[in-house]
Amino acid sequence: MKFGVIVFPGSNCDLDAYHLVKDVLRKPVEYIWHQQNSLKGYDCLILPGGFSYGDYLRCGAIARFSPIMQEVVEFANRGGLVLGICNGFQILTEAGLLPGVLLRNQDLKFYCQFVHLKVENVNTPFTNFIEPQKILKIPIAHGDGNYYIDEKGLNSLLEKKQVIFRYATAEGVVSDEANPNGALFNIAGVISEKGNVLGMMPHPERAGETLLGSTDGLFIFQSLLNYLEKL
Amino acid sequence: MKETKIWQEMGLTDTEYQLILDGLGREPNYVELGMFSVMWSEHCSYKHSRKALKMFPTTGERVLQGPGENAGVVDIGDELAVCFKIESHNHPSAIEPYQGAATGVGGIIRDILAMGARPVALLNSLRFGSLDNPRVRHLFSGVVAGIGGYGNCIGIPTVGGELYFNSCYEDNPLVNAMCVGLVNKNNLMKGWATGVGNLVILVGASTGRDGIHGVTFASEELSEASEKKRPSVQVGDPFMEKLLVEACLELIENNYLVGLQDLGGAGLTCATSETASRAGTGMEIDLDRVPLREKNLTPYEIMLSESQERMLLIVEPSKESKVMEVCHRWGLKATTIGRVTDDQILKVYQDRKIVAEVPARMLAEEAPIYSPLALEPAYIKEISDFNLDKLPEIVDANRVLLALLSSPTIASKEWVYGQYDYMVRTSTVIHPGSDAAVIRIRDTHKGLALTTDCNSLYTYLDPYVGGMIAVAEAARNIVCSGARPLAVTDCLNFGNPEKPEIFWQFQKAIEGMSEACRVLQAPVVGGNVSFYNERNGSPIYPTPTVGMVGLLENVDKRCTQAFKKQGDIIVLLGNSYNELGGSQYLLQVHHLVKGKPPALSLEQEKALQENLYQAISQGVINSAHDLSEGGLAVALAECCISGGLGAKVVLKKEDLRVDALLFGESQSRVIVSIKSAGIPALWQLAQKNGLEVNAIGYVGGESLTIKVDDREWINLTIKEIEQSWKNTIAKLMS
Repeated sequence: MKFGVIVFPGSNCDLDAYHLVKDVLRKPVEYIWHQQNSLKGYDCLILPGGFSYGDYLRCGAIARFSPIMQEVVEFANRGGLVLGICNGFQILTEAGLLPGVLLRNQDLKFYCQFVHLKVENVNTPFTNFIEPQKILKIPIAHGDGNYYIDEKGLNSLLEKKQVIFRYATAEGVVSDEANPNGALFNIAGVISEKGNVLGMMPHPERAGETLLGSTDGLFIFQSLLNYLEKL
Repeated sequence: MKETKIWQEMGLTDTEYQLILDGLGREPNYVELGMFSVMWSEHCSYKHSRKALKMFPTTGERVLQGPGENAGVVDIGDELAVCFKIESHNHPSAIEPYQGAATGVGGIIRDILAMGARPVALLNSLRFGSLDNPRVRHLFSGVVAGIGGYGNCIGIPTVGGELYFNSCYEDNPLVNAMCVGLVNKNNLMKGWATGVGNLVILVGASTGRDGIHGVTFASEELSEASEKKRPSVQVGDPFMEKLLVEACLELIENNYLVGLQDLGGAGLTCATSETASRAGTGMEIDLDRVPLREKNLTPYEIMLSESQERMLLIVEPSKESKVMEVCHRWGLKATTIGRVTDDQILKVYQDRKIVAEVPARMLAEEAPIYSPLALEPAYIKEISDFNLDKLPEIVDANRVLLALLSSPTIASKEWVYGQYDYMVRTSTVIHPGSDAAVIRIRDTHKGLALTTDCNSLYTYLDPYVGGMIAVAEAARNIVCSGARPLAVTDCLNFGNPEKPEIFWQFQKAIEGMSEACRVLQAPVVGGNVSFYNERNGSPIYPTPTVGMVGLLENVDKRCTQAFKKQGDIIVLLGNSYNELGGSQYLLQVHHLVKGKPPALSLEQEKALQENLYQAISQGVINSAHDLSEGGLAVALAECCISGGLGAKVVLKKEDLRVDALLFGESQSRVIVSIKSAGIPALWQLAQKNGLEVNAIGYVGGESLTIKVDDREWINLTIKEIEQSWKNTIAKLMS
């Protein structure tokens, strides 16, 4: 079982994802430079957070043209597991692997804080280890996390249970006050129709050790390990 | 040239011009004059401050690099060293807050990089006028966005800082940025152009017209005309700098570099002359090879440009192609622009003609050194004449506590640090909002405690005592987090040093800081002086900001200010006195800037810190919080808020005033919470260290109540307290 962390120029959470897999999960993991053009041998790809290409123009808009992205699309189309975190989520939407877009936060400010997530679907490779009513405490750190999709798209997401995480209070109530960025329907993470590509604004790799303030991110990674072990 | 006195327009005096004539033995040409004017500016040459700075203790067992290089370096064991520095970007931020602050962050990161270190944390120290003023709100929001914009993008967590509001900063805000890096001792770099024949490579951004005479602008007072200096403010590109950091660290790791220097103030002129001067060599550079943003830049503009995100590499010819390969892989432009020579002269060519030819040392080291006149300002006597007995006694302590908690200087700074990514690199183990931030050091058990501190109200009232307190408080914050102080970097923000009253403040503050650094064993390993912080002749309060780094041998022993457990005993370490001078209580409630700052005994401070450090390492302490602005009542409220727990406290009045007891800011005090079983150990330690300790209450309930003898003065729910404290800044900014 091998993880790959894709490094674009300007990625800056690559280190964090790498260390979580290596030091906490103790699984094999490699950095994948954006100019590489083979993804053989990887079981799960992580597109990490950061500011790929400075996020100039629009978040993720330039990264999608990176040589490696062609390979990522094919990897995903073959059913490979892809986890996009924060900037990684933005890149996945730009690349068309996930529906919707991520707009500037409603009040135009960057937010770094812990949020609580209600898990809407525990029957995915990324969430199977999570108990149905469990609320996850995981941090966000972004300026462009305001998820938006048109009404038709939203209905389709809901119908196919593609909305995975929603911002909620610590008690699990989905409310405006629990919504840090104005995301439609409090959406914090969505999955592809086939269920193998997950994008989320919160950073599970920042919630993997007690000394960091939460270990709830491990539920997501443990789900991945479970799924991969059963393959 | 003599007739027009062009040197004066460039900020040089007639005497300084004469020194240049004497040194060169001829008249300088326009390019050379420009180069002298920036290198001999206050910002680059420290010509007014150099002598006074000699007072600082700068050595210690762990010090690997003291002042003089790009940043200080301190040994932390395990083959590792910590490298850190603080620097001001006040003037640019006053004109263009977003870019001014952003490039301040970018500049300090490059200083750390130049030492070969991986930048791992950022801090800052900010001062603004009143948020009631829309112009101040514009500056404040721009500065915060700029700091976040740069740090967040480059992926270095902004883990701590401090923020004060006072009308003396209305037109001249202070923006001081600090960066901390980690380096394997074997990889330490220096900004030295050694090895005749070695190549000089410029890497990073192209050179444009931005920031020309930025350092000259930083070395004069602000005025109405300053708005026209907007082109002197540089523009930052954090993405470029991220690539630059990664590429340079890879070059160092592979041992491809002989020397490394950042381009900051005074741009290429400074980087070339300083590296050559330090190494005792010379240098030839060809301006035709410098990548430019636009055509037709003059040699003067190229040599003085302060375009950001550039580094200068000194490389052996045999490694040139390898260096180029690494830079290109990171998508960076790298160009060989010259070579190291043996004649100690900096020669600048364009179109194969020499356009400047100046001894490197003369530019970098031979600016005149001044001994300005120092005179005690008249205000010192006026304001110190203050009789506490005439101050009316407190009536409603609840109202006073809420007022203090909701004053922007004391209120929660979450509105600010919530805009900074303080978690990236997943090593921040004490977040902003406690006494000091703590980051872990991967692959070791160690941690670094980081803080910035300065109460400029104290330094205004008495710069000597205020200077001591700035150092003592920083050290106290470090110790409260469970660490031992290692060393200091300072950012000395003052008015115009050519005014004797300002220079007196400067000297006194340094004397006080030096004394405290000596006793608390925290040498100064680097820093920055920012003079001319005045607008239309009106100076800021003297603000010698202290950035301090401490070491935790075991990061699991870290400690925060939050009350942890119902039933824990609350203990006050240290003595309280009838001291209200310079307090926030006097300022916010009685609108007085009067009296003397609280007295500080460095011996007591040392005893307190030693005691607290030992108690925390023994695992006796559950929380620790330094008493500072707002005194005991505010500190207790902060412990309650961060822990989500109430407290019941009973104090003895003895011969103290109630307001002094509740809100006085006597020094060398900390409140800790501790389980009752730990009391004997703490008392024993205190006795050994000669420290006053008093159990004053216990943690519990949903309110904070404080009795003085039999009378209850404070009774507020934690919810009420938190509401006052939490949203002040957000409300003022919305």
